[in-house]
Amino acid sequence: MMDSSHTIQLNGAALTIDPGETIASLLQKLALDPRQVAVERNREIVPRAHYGETRLERADAIEIVTFVGGG
Amino acid sequence: MNENDPADPWVLAGRPLHSRLIVGTGKYRDAAETKACLQASGAEIVTVALRRVDLQAKDNLLDWIDRDRYTLLPNTAGCYTADEAIRTLRLARELGIAQMVKLEVIGDPKTLLPDNEQTLEAARILLDEGFVVLPYCTDDPIVCRKLEAMGCAAVMPLAAPIGSGLGIRNPHNIRLIVEQAKVPVIVDAGVGTASDATVAMELGCHAVLMNTAIAHAKHPVHMAEAMRLGIVAGRKAFLAGRMPTRMYAQASSPSHGLIE
Repeated sequence: MMDSSHTIQLNGAALTIDPGETIASLLQKLALDPRQVAVERNREIVPRAHYGETRLERADAIEIVTFVGGG
Repeated sequence: MNENDPADPWVLAGRPLHSRLIVGTGKYRDAAETKACLQASGAEIVTVALRRVDLQAKDNLLDWIDRDRYTLLPNTAGCYTADEAIRTLRLARELGIAQMVKLEVIGDPKTLLPDNEQTLEAARILLDEGFVVLPYCTDDPIVCRKLEAMGCAAVMPLAAPIGSGLGIRNPHNIRLIVEQAKVPVIVDAGVGTASDATVAMELGCHAVLMNTAIAHAKHPVHMAEAMRLGIVAGRKAFLAGRMPTRMYAQASSPSHGLIE
């Protein structure tokens, strides 16, 4: 009984991802430069060096943040 | 390029600085206006915020801001608890830009006044984790004393609520804070026009941090320059040692030799 669809929460919105998706592949799909973002997975910061090997799992809550203008 | 007086540097967390104006990068019309204002301000340090990435955005602030010229100071704007602020700054550190951090923990969305209690709690934990902390706080000498005692690299008391443009509401307290502090005092928030920044410097503050005063001026680039000049003027006036105030007049022209 294989569920082939994976849904995660990305920045508060539901997103369907491929099985085997990693943070690195997700960033690539989103056209994001890994050096310009920081990533949290289930409230834990994922070090950049681990993006390639960190597999996303169903119901993961991912936050991808960057710097913006502010006072 | 930078007309700041090289003979009057100040030191922040071991780093000598010439500009006494720190500016925010928010609320400008676009990247071009932001860049022009930063340049006119002569600032060496600029604040930035941490937010969810905009997946529709064409570019990123990190693409166009000159990192050789400006040191980015991440803030914790939007954080209402110590936990949120700590989480934000850990993410900033993961982004590799957190040599110094601006800690702000807000207590109320209408006034955006800092929650001193949560700020103290966050500062303690952040200092423990090795962050260099510049805390935004109320103009309360006791809170400033506590923040300094725990190891913050500066204290940043407000002039007035963020974005209010009201100028220094309590110059007496700012003076008390300056008197007792052994770390730099940076007035942060509530500045509205150049004279507000001048007053801060005349009270003995080391620097002024502002965003809205420039971004919401009718001509932001001109205001950025006005602020730069106002701060230079205020600092010179402070170093010159102002005359005493008097209850009554004292003539400026000689009282003898009057024709009769």
